[in-house]
Formats: sequence, C-alpha cells, structure tokens
Amino acid sequence: MEKVLGSEAVLLSLIEEGQDTIFGYPGGAVIPLYDRLYLKQDKIHHILARHEQAAVHEAQAYAQITGKPGVCIVTSGPGATNAITGIVNANMDSVPLVVITGQVGSGFLGTDAFQETDVFGLSMPIAKWSAQITRAEDIADTMAKAFYIAVSGRPGVVVLEITKDALTSETYFSYKKAPVLRSYAPYPEINQEEIAHAAEMINASERPLVLIGHGVLIARAEKAVAEFVEKAGIPFGMTLMGLTSLPSNHPLCIGMLGMHGSYASNMLTNKADLIIAIGMRFSDRVTGKLNGYAKNAKVIHIEIDKSEIDKNVQTDLSVHADLKTALSFLTPMVEKKNHKQWRAEFDKYYQMEYQQVIQKDLHSDNPLIQPGEPVDIISQKTQGNAIVVTDVGQNQMVAARYYGFKLPGTFLTSGGLGTMGFGLPAAVGAAIAQRKLPVILFTGDGGFQMNEQELGTIIQEKIPVKIVILNNSVLGMVRQWQNMFNNKRYSQTDLINPDFVTLASAYGIKAQKVEYRHQLNEAIDEMLNFNGPYLLDIVVDKDMKVMPFIAPGSAVDEMKLS
Amino acid sequence: MENTEETAKKYTVVVFTEDKVGLLNRITIVFTRRHLNIDSLTTSESEVKGIFRYTIVTKCTPSLIKKVVDQIEKLTEVLRAFSYEEEDVIAQEVALYKVSSDIFKHDRAVVESIIKNANARVLDRGQGYVVIEKTGFKSETTKLFEDLKQFGILQFARSGRVAVTKPMKELEAYLKELNEAAEKSNQIRKWKLSN
Ligand SMILES: Cc1ncc(C[n+]2csc(CCOP(=O)(O)OP(=O)(O)O)c2C)c(N)n1
Repeated sequence: MEKVLGSEAVLLSLIEEGQDTIFGYPGGAVIPLYDRLYLKQDKIHHILARHEQAAVHEAQAYAQITGKPGVCIVTSGPGATNAITGIVNANMDSVPLVVITGQVGSGFLGTDAFQETDVFGLSMPIAKWSAQITRAEDIADTMAKAFYIAVSGRPGVVVLEITKDALTSETYFSYKKAPVLRSYAPYPEINQEEIAHAAEMINASERPLVLIGHGVLIARAEKAVAEFVEKAGIPFGMTLMGLTSLPSNHPLCIGMLGMHGSYASNMLTNKADLIIAIGMRFSDRVTGKLNGYAKNAKVIHIEIDKSEIDKNVQTDLSVHADLKTALSFLTPMVEKKNHKQWRAEFDKYYQMEYQQVIQKDLHSDNPLIQPGEPVDIISQKTQGNAIVVTDVGQNQMVAARYYGFKLPGTFLTSGGLGTMGFGLPAAVGAAIAQRKLPVILFTGDGGFQMNEQELGTIIQEKIPVKIVILNNSVLGMVRQWQNMFNNKRYSQTDLINPDFVTLASAYGIKAQKVEYRHQLNEAIDEMLNFNGPYLLDIVVDKDMKVMPFIAPGSAVDEMKLS
Repeated sequence: MENTEETAKKYTVVVFTEDKVGLLNRITIVFTRRHLNIDSLTTSESEVKGIFRYTIVTKCTPSLIKKVVDQIEKLTEVLRAFSYEEEDVIAQEVALYKVSSDIFKHDRAVVESIIKNANARVLDRGQGYVVIEKTGFKSETTKLFEDLKQFGILQFARSGRVAVTKPMKELEAYLKELNEAAEKSNQIRKWKLSN
C-alpha cells in the first residue's frame, strides 16, 4: 500500500462516503486540503460560498434535499467562528452535517497562535459530536465515525478540527464505513409491550390527535404515518419542521401546530383525550404555556431521542424507537375508525379562522399587497411542485401557512434557532442539490440583507433560484410584537433599504419590483417561466400581522384571531 | 410539566465513559446548561481497563436529575449514566489538614485526643508542620476541621466524593448489554437502508 497525505485521506474519505458535492471557503490552515482538492475536481465539486455561515446553511439545505450528510470545509479561527451559527442551526433542526475546520499545527495548540481558536471546545455544547485530529493516521477512522454519527439516530452536526500538520503528514489509508460503537446505539430495539399498550390507548380514545414533527421526514416515515392516521382516522397537525410530511390538503390535516399555527389545531389540543406525538420535541413554540397544554389528554410520545422523552411534556406512555419501525408494528394493531364527530369540530374552528384571518390575508380589500398573497398565487401556479425556502419572521410564517405542500421534504426553514439570513443560502443549497423542482425563496428585506452576498454564489454556480422579497421596509415580526406588546413603540425596526432590483442587476440577475396588486400575477409568471435566477421585490403592507397568534406565556387555547 | 412543588435533593451521579479527550467538559456542560452546581466531582479509571468512572454530586429535583442523566447518556462515548439518592450510596471523602508542629508542643494531649477520637491519623511530619489525614463522611471531616481550627490550620484540602452504589450490576454486564444494543441497532439501521 502507498502512503497518502493527510489532506488526501480527508478527500478519499469523502469519496468513500459518496460525497461528490461539498461547500466551503479556503484559508491558511486548510490550504493543504484545497491544494489536494484541486487535483480531485473531477470527483468532488466544491461550492465556494461568500461567507462561512452561508456555506454551512448551503450544506444543510443540500443535506435535507439529498438525504446525505452535508459537508463543509472552513479554515481555522475566523472561518470556524463564522461557521458557528450555521452549525447550531443545523444541529437544532437535526440535520446531518460534517463540518471540517482547519486548525494551526499541533505544536502551536494552546499558544494563541495566529488564527487559533479552540473550535473543539467551542463545538462541545452545539454539536452532536466533535473531535480534534492531530495525526494523519487518525483521519480515516475519525471521518468514518463522524459520518456515521452525523446521519444515524437523531441526526446532527459533527465538527472535525484537523491540525495543519495532520493534513501535511503521510499515512496509510484504509476506510471502514459505519463503525459499530458500544457507546452509541442510535436505533433502539422495539418494545412490543409498549406498542401493544399504545394500540390499546389509541383504540380506547374518542378524541385522539396526532402531532407530526421533523422526525417523520428524517426517518422517511411519511408513508408509515399516512397509513397509521388513515386507518385509525385520526386528525393530525404538523410542527413547522414537520410540514410536508403529509400533503397540506390531506383530509385529516388540521394545519400547523403552535404559535402561528392553525386555530383549530391549537384550540382543540386541550379538548383531545389522547395526543400521539410522533418525532417531535414539544418545543415551547408548539406547546405555549406548559401547564395549560394538553389539559385533558393522555400523551403517547414516539421518539428516537430518549432525552427528549419527558423533557418538556410528561408522557403517559413513551415509545423510544425509530418511527418507521414503531409504526410498522403499531398500525396493524389499531382499529379502523373515522372519528367523524371529533373531526367535524376542527372544521368549525377552520371556518372561524377563514372568516377572520385567511380571507383578509389572501383576498384583501386593503390597497397594499398582503404578504400572503404572493405565497398563495405561487402555490396555485406551482401546485406543490417546488421547493419552498424561507427566511425568518413574517415571511416564514406566511409561507408556512399559505403554501400548499404536496411532496415530502420540499420545505426548508430555520426552526429551532430561527436564524435570519438562513433563507438565501438554503435556497442555494437546495438548487445545487437538485434541478428537477424550482427553488422558491420567500424572504424578508431584513433577513435577505443578512446573507445577500450569496447572490455571488448563485452567479458563479449558475443556479436558477427564484427570490421573492416580501419587502415591508421593516423588521416585520419584531415590529408586530412592538405593535401588540409595546404600545407601538417601533424601536429600531425601520429599514432604509437599497434598491434590490439594482442590487440584483449588479450581479447580472434579472429582477423586477412589484408595487401594485394588479402587477402580481404577470410578474410571478415571468419569474417562474424565466430560465435562470430571478429576484422579485414585492412591496407589501408593513402593518400586516401574522394571525392567529398565541402570545408568549399564553396557553394553546388562548390563541387570538385578531 | 415541571413540578414546582418538588424539593431539591442530593444526588450522586455515576457516569461510565470511554477514554476520550473532552468528555469531562461535555458532561459538565450538561449541568451548566441547567444552571446546576456541581458540589463535587471525581474521576478515575474503573474496574474495567479503558473505562472511566465519574462520580458527581449535585443538588436538584427528582424530575430534573432524570433529564440530566438522559442528556449525559446521550453523549456519544458515554457508556451509561445513573443517579442515586443518599441512601443508595456508600461514599467517603479524604481530607488533609496541615498544621504547625508547634501545636504538638503546647497542646499535645488535647490535639492527640482530637485525632484519636476522630479516627484520623498523622500522615507526615516535616520541618515545622504535621499533616493529618481523615477519611470519612463530609460531616466527619468537617467536624475535625472545626476541632482543629482553634490551633490554626495552615492548609486544608478535601477530595470529592468517592462512592460505590448499593444497587448496580457489574460493569461487565452493562458492557454486554451495550454491545448487544449496538448490534441490534446496526440491524435496524441496515433494515432501514434496504427499505
Ligand atoms: C440573526 C437573527 N437576528 C435577529 C433575529 C430576531 N428577529 C426575528 S424576526 C425579525 C424580523 C425579520 O424582519 P424581515 O427579515 O424584514 O422579515 P419580516 O418579518 O418583515 O418578514 C428579527 C429581527 C433573528 N431571528 N435572527
């Protein structure tokens, strides 16, 4: 066997893992790695982002669309610290990434050398696993372990810090994928008693409610969940991250859960007598005030991460398992039902929401365009055949509420961390991951400006991202809270913006500004039909409030319609 | 729901881990994130070579300790984590007291009877000092501290708790379970990949 450089060992590991597309940004500590990458361009396509945070978001979106772990390479010091937001964002939303950061030579560790930051230390509370590699011969084994840990069980981010000398010294290379580790059994064995007990509780329930979280998409359990709810006739709500698990127009779907979710799903959470939570973590954005949550319900929690069970909501029965496996045993044991009366109650609440909120959001007589309108039009024109990406704020909530999703995994958003600036890079990553479906970004003017430099990545990679800025010239969501809770003291939420059309044209990206409702339809058609990237700057009503809304500290059934 | 009525108790958390850099940090971060103080922490190699044992004493509510233990056990390279209430542990601490040798000149009888009654012993005598050692419960080492205080204590150091627990299987048995769980997990993983 021939020896290879540490740098080559990294790249050979990536090839062993089937990674042909990676994201990153070079710098001193990783120059040796980029040097070897130059010689492997035929096997590994590297996307040069314009900022390390964006590179990580791009890798995250790529991972979510392809189902493979995303890979990102950044240099030591500022490269690594810039990547931190992206790392936390992906880890909180359980997306598998392997982030490789450079580090100064091992002899300089701990000496405050140029561009030395203790990334291994920084990564501890924010990553699923991390390791510092100081010897070339440890690279292959550590990379194999990293990919396995990132993607298995509840996925997450692995950070590998590799010292410069490890990259530049020689080693023998041999690779063994997915090593079995005794300290890590990501897929627990099914306990048949728990399943039987769950089936009993479900069969005895008169007002059951299913809550679907991101875990369903991660476990590829969409079909298994569909079979389960359809057989048992149980209405289901989806968390923000769980959206697209089943189509929005599914007859049993009662909408999104939580703070800006549907009126029906929240109001009736406290009328249910049984809650079956599948692959979700009862985040505070879903539960509202905890001691006003699920007041009349027993709770069954099916979840692969044991530390999530009984963390926020006390369960009556927990099933610690891979969702697909658990459901494959559970569904045959539940009785066929349709819960007609119970389901009819949801319709009543939907009617109220329609009259008081949806009507105003989508068919407004206000002369100003409401942010929901472009979402609704694009939804009708694309019929769910698109990947929808959002930034954070009002734009995110209206997209989640009004786009009609059809295909699993076609909605990318920042859930746990709520990272403004996520949208544009995530759209880039999604467009690089596939070319079949158009990628449509809904972003605020504030969040767009947090990573607008990625327009550069778009032109370099020639990717046809459709950017829709819902431009209200304010930090809309914060302003909404100021309006509701701070007596309209709009502190630091007004923005003087650049002309986004001119900005796009500086990058050679086609763009158009829309100020009036009658222009909308045609402008959207032009954007969707254009072969290439396109930016649509839509001036929308800054006084629109995302409703309905559970105020912080309120219970789910205290949700307000206006 | 967090039960706000619950009162905090003393817990001994025992953690078994692989021998890996950084684990101590990752374990203590779980406590810091929950705003818990660590009263004492000791670590040593366990009865099985290459496996380390952490003994951590903290005060918190019963429902919180379960969450903390689950979050520790979730860390890759942590093998198992357990929590025990006071009645389930047999624990000792070692305390060392450095005093001036002068006190043996002036109050010899009193000092020697304090040492004897405390079941302590003289560990070392040097130029101008004497080191006394006492192994026992924290209340006992504290009592000896109070008794010696009147004579002046030059240095005092006390170890963290070392503890064995009443209800625990042998580590080898846990390792066997872990190996089996990892194998089964791998089978499920392969089933998922092929489905
Ligand atoms: C990085 C970051 N900084 C601050 C916030 C707090 N925040 C949440 S929503 C929001 C306003 C977003 O404004 P804009 O991007 O214009 O979107 P809009 O709500 O108007 O649609 C802010 C500042 C955040 N989520 N992320």
